[in-house]
Amino acid sequence: MTKVKVAVLKGPGTNCDTETAHAFELAGAEPRTVWVQELRENPKALEDYQILAIPGGFSYGDDLGAGKLLANQLAFRLNDALVAFLRGQKLVIGICNGFQVLVKSGILPSGQVGAPQETTLTVNDSGKFEDRWVYLRQEFNVCVWTQGLEEMVELPVAHGEGKFVTKDQTVLEQLLGYGQIAFHYCDSQGSEAGYPWNPNGSFGGIAGICDPSGRIFGLMPHPERHVSVHQHPRWTREGPREGRAGEGDGLQIFKNGVAWVRKRL
Amino acid sequence: MGADSVKTDVKTCWRFVVRHREGFVDAQAAGLKGDIADLGIRSVENVEISPVYYCTGSLKAEQVNLLQEKLLCDPITQHVECREISLSSGASGKELHSLKGTSIEVGFRPGVRDPVEDSLKNGAAVLGIQTIGAVHTAVLYTLAGNLSPRDIERICEKLLVNPTIQMVITAENLRQVVAPLQAAPMAIETVHLLQANDTVLQRISLDHQLSLNLEEMKAVQAYYRSEGREPALIELETIAQTWSEHCKHKTFRGPIVYTEEVDGKTEKRVINDLLKTTIMKATEELAKPWCISVFSDNSGVIAFDDQYHACFKVETHNHPSALEPFGGANTGIGGVIRDILGTGLGAKPVASTDVFCFAPPDLPSDRVPPGVLHPRRVIKGVVSGVRDYGNKMGIPTVNGAVLFDERFVGNPLVYCGNVGLLPKDKVAKKVEPGMAVVVAGGRTGRDGIHGATFSSLALTHESEVLSSTAVQIGDPITEKKLTDALLEAQAKGLYSSVTDCGAGGLSSAVGEMGSDCGAQIDLEKAPLKYAGLTPAEIWISESQERMIFAVPQENLEKLTALFKSRDVEAVAIGTFTDSGRLELFYKGNRVGELKMGFLHHGVPKVLRPARWVSPRVKELQPSQPADLAAVLLNLLSWWDTCSKEWIIRCYDHEVQGGSVLKPLVGAQHQGPSDAAVINPRLGSPKGLVLSNGINFRYGDIDPYWMAVLAIEEAIRQIVAVGGSPDQIAVLDNFCWGDPTRVEVLGSLVRASFGCYDAAKAFGTPFISGKDSLHNEYRTGEKTIQIPGTLLISAIGVISDIKRVVSMDAKKAGNALYIVGLTKSEMGGSSYYASLGIAGGSVPQVDLKRAPELLKAVSGAIGQGLVVSAHDCSEGGIGVAAAEMAFSGKIGLSLDLRRVPQQGIQRDDLLLFAESASRFLLEVPPDKEEAFRKALQGVPVDRIGQFEKSPLLRVTGLAGTPVIETTVEALQEAWQRPFKDW
Repeated sequence: MTKVKVAVLKGPGTNCDTETAHAFELAGAEPRTVWVQELRENPKALEDYQILAIPGGFSYGDDLGAGKLLANQLAFRLNDALVAFLRGQKLVIGICNGFQVLVKSGILPSGQVGAPQETTLTVNDSGKFEDRWVYLRQEFNVCVWTQGLEEMVELPVAHGEGKFVTKDQTVLEQLLGYGQIAFHYCDSQGSEAGYPWNPNGSFGGIAGICDPSGRIFGLMPHPERHVSVHQHPRWTREGPREGRAGEGDGLQIFKNGVAWVRKRL
Repeated sequence: MGADSVKTDVKTCWRFVVRHREGFVDAQAAGLKGDIADLGIRSVENVEISPVYYCTGSLKAEQVNLLQEKLLCDPITQHVECREISLSSGASGKELHSLKGTSIEVGFRPGVRDPVEDSLKNGAAVLGIQTIGAVHTAVLYTLAGNLSPRDIERICEKLLVNPTIQMVITAENLRQVVAPLQAAPMAIETVHLLQANDTVLQRISLDHQLSLNLEEMKAVQAYYRSEGREPALIELETIAQTWSEHCKHKTFRGPIVYTEEVDGKTEKRVINDLLKTTIMKATEELAKPWCISVFSDNSGVIAFDDQYHACFKVETHNHPSALEPFGGANTGIGGVIRDILGTGLGAKPVASTDVFCFAPPDLPSDRVPPGVLHPRRVIKGVVSGVRDYGNKMGIPTVNGAVLFDERFVGNPLVYCGNVGLLPKDKVAKKVEPGMAVVVAGGRTGRDGIHGATFSSLALTHESEVLSSTAVQIGDPITEKKLTDALLEAQAKGLYSSVTDCGAGGLSSAVGEMGSDCGAQIDLEKAPLKYAGLTPAEIWISESQERMIFAVPQENLEKLTALFKSRDVEAVAIGTFTDSGRLELFYKGNRVGELKMGFLHHGVPKVLRPARWVSPRVKELQPSQPADLAAVLLNLLSWWDTCSKEWIIRCYDHEVQGGSVLKPLVGAQHQGPSDAAVINPRLGSPKGLVLSNGINFRYGDIDPYWMAVLAIEEAIRQIVAVGGSPDQIAVLDNFCWGDPTRVEVLGSLVRASFGCYDAAKAFGTPFISGKDSLHNEYRTGEKTIQIPGTLLISAIGVISDIKRVVSMDAKKAGNALYIVGLTKSEMGGSSYYASLGIAGGSVPQVDLKRAPELLKAVSGAIGQGLVVSAHDCSEGGIGVAAAEMAFSGKIGLSLDLRRVPQQGIQRDDLLLFAESASRFLLEVPPDKEEAFRKALQGVPVDRIGQFEKSPLLRVTGLAGTPVIETTVEALQEAWQRPFKDW
C-alpha cells in the first residue's frame, strides 16, 4: 500500500512537530519534517506530499502576534506553492499555532491563500496562557478530519491567544451555515458553558473550523497530545475505554485525514 | 572606562502605535487596572496598553501602509496609528502623546535588546521592505482618570517600569533610545600590579569588579612577577571569572576547619574538599553501574533504555531574579537548558522543573526593604519568566514546588531544572589541537558583564544601580533554533565537543574546553549585537543563547552551512592549540595571554572556619485548639501547602506529548500529584519520574536532618507514584548565606554530612549539583540572611508507565492505610510555622529501616495492590488525607486511634506531625489481605475508609468526632489563596 506522505512544516519556534509526526505515524502515514526555509528555496518540494500539517509552537516567537510572521511567509513567499497544493486533492491541518497561521494568512475560513483576514485568534479572556483539558462537541459540519468521531471528545489546550473572533456577525453566520465549524467547547455534559469549559472566551465557543470544502482544518486543541490513553489526565482513575485498544480521542482525527487521502491515491 | 562618542545622523523616525479596536476587550489592560486599584489608586477609569514600534530608515508611503496593514497588527482586533517624528532636540512632548488621559511610554534602556526588533526587520523583509534601519520597541500605557503626579510616579515605580532594564520614554530622551550614541572601542588597558602593596591589590580588585580576595590577588601578582610583566585587564577579568565562587566552588572544594558542638561536647576536624568527602564520596562508594557520568559534565547522566541515557541538571538564578524577576528567571531556565544541550555531545531537552522560595505574597509593603520589589511582583515576574522561556522552547515544565518565608524578601530563590535524553554513543567529548573553536547562537553584546562575579557577591540596595548590565532578557526562539540545529549536527557527528557559554562567557567556556591543550582566539570574529565592544567585553560578555563547539577542520564548512540553513549564526573564532596557553588576539594584535595551568589550578586555597552548635530543643507546645477542622482548613490555605494551579496551568506541561502523570490529577484535574512521570520516547513503555524534596524550616533546627529529610522525601514521592527506589539518582542545590560567617559555613558542612549518610543508606547516588552562596540582602546596617536551603531533585526510571498510580482517592468502600510511624516531631512543621512557633524536635529518619519500608511500599504498588498513594509530608496526615479525598471527590472517615505512633496524646499533634517515611495508601477490599502480607514487618494499619457521602470525618483519640467537614470546603480552602492570580 502506498503510504500517505505528510509534510510537517517546521519553522523557527515550531515545537509540536515530533508528536504531530508521531500521531500521523500511528495513523499509518509517512510524516517528514519540512523546514520553511528549505521550502522557500524549493517550493516545488511541497508537491511530494498529500497532507500539510502546521504544528503548534511559537513560530518566530509569536513576535508581532501569534502565528503572524509564519502566516506572512505563507501568504507572501509560498503563495504559489500553496495555491497549487490546494488545487489538488490534498489536505491541510493547523493545530494551535498552526491554526493561528491559517487564520492570519487568510487561508481559513476562505480556503484561499492570502485572502483578506476575516477571523482571528486573539488573547484569551483570562489574559493568561493556560494548559487545560477541554470537552469538544461536534455539530453538523463538512470537515473531513472530524467525521465519525464520537459526539464528545476530550483534548488539551495550551495557549495564550486562542479566543476565536470573527470580523462581524455575517462571517459567523456564514461559518455556521456552510458547516465550517468543526468543534465547540462544552462542559462535561455536552452543554454550552463559560470559563473554564470555554477556556479562552471564543465567540460561540468555537474551537476549530474548516474551509468550505472541509479539507483545510484548524483547531486550538491538540489532538496529537491525546493519541494514547496514557496522555489523558484521568487514565489512572478510569483506565482505557472499552473497545479503544488504548487509543486516545485525538488519533481518529489523524486516521480520518490519512484514510481520506488514501481513498484518492 | 573612557569612551568617545560616534555621531549618528538619524533625524527622524517612524512611530507606529498599535491600538485595540473598539469592542475588543484587552485582558491585559483589565489586569493592570486591577493592579493599580490594589495600590489604592482608584481613580483610573480605563487602561489601554498599546505596543509601539520606532523604525528609522527611509520608508515610502506605500511601504508604511503595508507595514501597518500586514505586519504590525491583527486587522480584526487592532489598528495602527503612524507618523514620522523628528528626533531633533526641540521636539515637544505633545508630538509623542496627543490623546486624552495620562500617557506613559516604557521602553528598554539602550543596550537591552528586545528580540522583537529583529523579528520586525525580518518580517518587513518578507513584505519586500529592506530599508528599515533600527527598530526599537516600547509599550504605551494610556490611563484615563484623574491622577496626581505622585500617583503616576507610584504606578510607574510599582507596576510599569523596572529601572534595571527599562525607562520612561519622553520626547526629550527619544533620540538617545532610538539612535543611541555608540561608544568607540577603547585601547588595551594594562593594570599596574607588580609593585602593588596589599591595599592597592584590594583596590584593584574592587575597582575592576573582580571579586578576588587578597590571597587571590597575591597569587595573581606572583604569577605576573614570574612572567615578568604587568597584566592586561582582559587577563585579570579572565582570572576573576574562572576563579569566581560561581565557577570554582571555592567553599565546597577548599579546606575547612569544622567545629561541632552537640549536647555540650565539642568536636573539631579539618575537612579537605567538602564535596569530595561527602556528596561525591557517597556516589563513588555506591558505584552504581547505571551512573554513566557524574560530576564531570554539564549535567549528571544515568542509563535510561537501550538507546538513550537520561541527564538531569538543576541551577539557581537567584540574584538576577531579585532585580528583574522576569529576565532573571527567563535566563535561568535558558541557562540550564544549555547545560543539557552541552552534556556529552548534546542531549535533547525533554522536561523542565522549577522550585521557588519567596516572601509571602501578603507581606505588608512597609516590611519590604528599600530597593526591593514586592514579593507579589517578584512571584508574578518569575513565573512569567519561566512560562515564557519554557513554553517557547517547547519543553514541558512538569514538576516543582513553591515555599514562602519572609527571609527571602530581598533574595528569592529560583531553581530551574532540565532533563534531557542523550544517545548512548554521544557521551564522550574530545578536544584536539587544530580543531576550530566555533561560537553559535545569539550574538555577543554587553549583557551580563560580571554576572559570574556578581552572583558571588551579596545584594545591597545599590545592586539595582550597579548591576544593570548583569541582568538580561532571554531570547527563547534563538535558543530553540540553536537547539534544533545542534541536535541535527550532533546526529550527523559534525563536532567533537560542545559546552554552553554561561557565566564568564567565552572566557569560561573556551578556557574550560581548551584547559588540557590551549586555545588561540581572534576576538573580532565573534558576531556582535552592536559595534563598540572592547575585546575584554567580547571575551567576558554573558550574552545568552550561545554554545561553543570544537569542530574538526574538515567538518567546519558543513557545520556552518547546516546552522545557516536553520537561521543560526555559527562562526569560527579561533583554534585549539597545543601551547598550554590561552592566547587572545584582536585584529591581529595580541591582547592577552595566560597559562592554562595557572588559570585552572592557580587559585589559592583559603582555610575557612566553620562551626555548628546544636540548638537546645525547646518544645513550646501550643495549647490544644478546640476546633481541629478550622486548623485543617487553615493549613490547607497556608501559602506553602495551598494549590499552585495558577502556576502549573500557565506552563505548557504537556508539550512533546509525553506527560503520563501530570502535576494536577484527580476527578477534576485539580489534585496535587506527588511526582511527575513522563514518557520521553513516545510509544515506548519506559518512563522517567521526577520529584523534589525541600524544607528550609527543618534546617533552621538541624541542617543534617533537613538534608536527610529532603532526600528521603524526594525518594518517597517517586515511590508513591509507582517508581522503584532501586534506580533513583539525586542532585543537590545548596543556597546558603555568606560562607565567611562561621555559623553559615557550619550549617553547610552539617547538611553535607546528612547528604552523605542518606545517599548511602538509600542507595541513591548524587550525579550532579550546584551551590549558590552569598544569598543575603544588605540594607543599611541590616543584613537579611536567607535560611540555608537545600533542594534535592530526584530522577528515577520507571520500566512500565502503565504501573503508575496517582494520589486521588478512587472509590467509596476502599480502605485507607497508613504506612510508617508517627512521632511527636513538630519542629519545622507547617502546623508550627502557621502558628509562628520556631524550634521543637525536627523529624528524623530511621536510616536502617526507612529503606526497607520504601521497598515494601514500592513492592505493594508494583503488585497492583494500591489504587492511590500519597506521601505524608507538610501538614501531616490531616492535609494528605484531605487532599486525597477532595481530589477524588469522595468522602473519608478516619480513626486516629488506629494510627501507629509513639507517645502522642493529642489529636492535633497526631494529625499534623510531619514524621518522615509515611504514606497514605488506598487499598480495595479484595486486595487488603495481600497488601498486609506485602507490608509485613513495617508499621502499617487500616486507619479509615472512603465513603460515598462527601465528608471528611475524623475520630479522635478519645473516640469522639473531632473533625466533620465537607470535602468541598477542604478543596475550597486549598484553592482559595491563589484563586485570582
